[in-house]
Amino acid sequence: MNSHCEPGIGRSNPPQEIASSLKAPRNDTKHMEYTYYPGCSLHSSAPAYEKSSQAVMKAIGAKLNELEDWNCCGATAYMSIKELTAFSISARNLALAKKQAPNHDVVAPCSGCFVGLTKANKYINEFPEIKEKVNVALAEAGLEYDGSVKVRHLLDIIVNDFGVDKIKAMVKRPLTGLKVACYYGCQIIRPKTPLDDPEEPKHLEELIAALGATPTHYPMKANCCGGSIMGTEENIGMMLSRNVLDCAAKYGAECLVCPCPLCQMNLDAYQKPINRKFKKDINLPILYFTQLIGLALGLPPKELGFGSELVSADDIVRRFS
Amino acid sequence: MKEQKGIQREGRLTLDFIDEMKQIPGGEQIALCIQCGTCSGSCPTSHLMTHTPRRLIAMTRAGMRKEVLESPDIWLCTSCYYCYVRCPRGIKVTDLMYAYKRLSARDKFGIQKRGYKLGKIFMSVVNKYGRNNELELLAKFFGFANPIGGIKNTFIGLGLFLKGRLPLKTHKIKDLGGFKKIVNKAEELARLP
Ligand code: SF4
Ligand code: SF4
Repeated sequence: MNSHCEPGIGRSNPPQEIASSLKAPRNDTKHMEYTYYPGCSLHSSAPAYEKSSQAVMKAIGAKLNELEDWNCCGATAYMSIKELTAFSISARNLALAKKQAPNHDVVAPCSGCFVGLTKANKYINEFPEIKEKVNVALAEAGLEYDGSVKVRHLLDIIVNDFGVDKIKAMVKRPLTGLKVACYYGCQIIRPKTPLDDPEEPKHLEELIAALGATPTHYPMKANCCGGSIMGTEENIGMMLSRNVLDCAAKYGAECLVCPCPLCQMNLDAYQKPINRKFKKDINLPILYFTQLIGLALGLPPKELGFGSELVSADDIVRRFS
Repeated sequence: MKEQKGIQREGRLTLDFIDEMKQIPGGEQIALCIQCGTCSGSCPTSHLMTHTPRRLIAMTRAGMRKEVLESPDIWLCTSCYYCYVRCPRGIKVTDLMYAYKRLSARDKFGIQKRGYKLGKIFMSVVNKYGRNNELELLAKFFGFANPIGGIKNTFIGLGLFLKGRLPLKTHKIKDLGGFKKIVNKAEELARLP
């Protein structure tokens, strides 16, 4: 039993209204242009994230230029076996980004890519030995990298560059009454967060509230879903994902939104096996935050990739379109 | 006098293990640990570990190289970075866990571990295409490393496939030649794994 997640037990319930922690957004939103790094998942197992990200960015007038000939960021798996190679292949992406558009930030919608590329950047800047070796490796392909490209997560762009207030002003179909569990997972907020706090972030809730929906407070919003351990130690992965799902459901969420394709995969595709294994009856559609933004902005659900989730979100789509 | 069980004789220890860890970028911080246990208390999988992150650090400083590197516990780290952000001494515990995994992989302590196998297969797929190919990764991982897990996972795989989330098409990057050269050069230059 995970009694730490019963409503009213454990961490205290913060007040329902969310104090704003947002910085003033950038003024020049007319010129929002970024180098887009989709990462492997968005081109395979997470088409809904790709579609909804593109649709929402277009709707808010931001331009995404896909990074030409990008490669895998290395993810946690590569990092676990060979570090310098992992940094070097991440640096290939950053070197290409620098060449393609020196002044544009790189935006990664996948939290795994975000952390992989950010970590490479950090080590290249902090350790001269790594910078030198990475550049010797890059030179083999005629590239060089000085560590100067900024890597950002899509959620960071939407809340900090565009701004929640502007999103709010654009809402056409408010998601009134929809109880949404905002799930951050790990890599978008730790080790270093572009949002407000590495353990109690609020930005996603602020965004979801701006869409007219009701963010559900639940204590496990920043806990781990298991990540890639789902593939290697399935029992442990399922237990960790169960904790999150069970907690969100107990606190009354009708759906859960996340900013990462791996979290979505674990919580969505494994929900049925988790119900079977732990004798649960959880039925929680797992969506990308961009899908809900799109719905509230009145974009057609088909353009937002609805229908590819394994736990159906049809009811929600019907309610708000 | 009889030797006490569980106590390590000096001769069996690798006393310079701590120096080896200090060589790793960020590893020098290991000396700062005050053994407070915040890392272990924050870890989502420490309750399943025999040696928790705090204890692995103590064992490293005691020179218990073999015990640390062959421990299955290092492969239970999910990379959640809770320990990293909470350590009162600013130690990048997650990065130490990565370093343990890499040393364990290089020195063949960990080659039976599923975490190692997944990493190895992932690397081979990425090195082949420049990108991950989930279908090939799943087939290779579950087919060869873990046949029983594979059967269970085909149901999930089928569900994803029907939803268009496991494309059969493989995508190769254009400058695969250059990519491979970078990989090879980086492997050659690596002083540490
Ligand atoms: S939290 Fe930091 S100081 Fe405390 S035991 Fe862990 S590594 Fe050592
Ligand atoms: S990063 Fe690894 S060791 Fe640290 S708390 Fe998370 S799972 Fe535990």
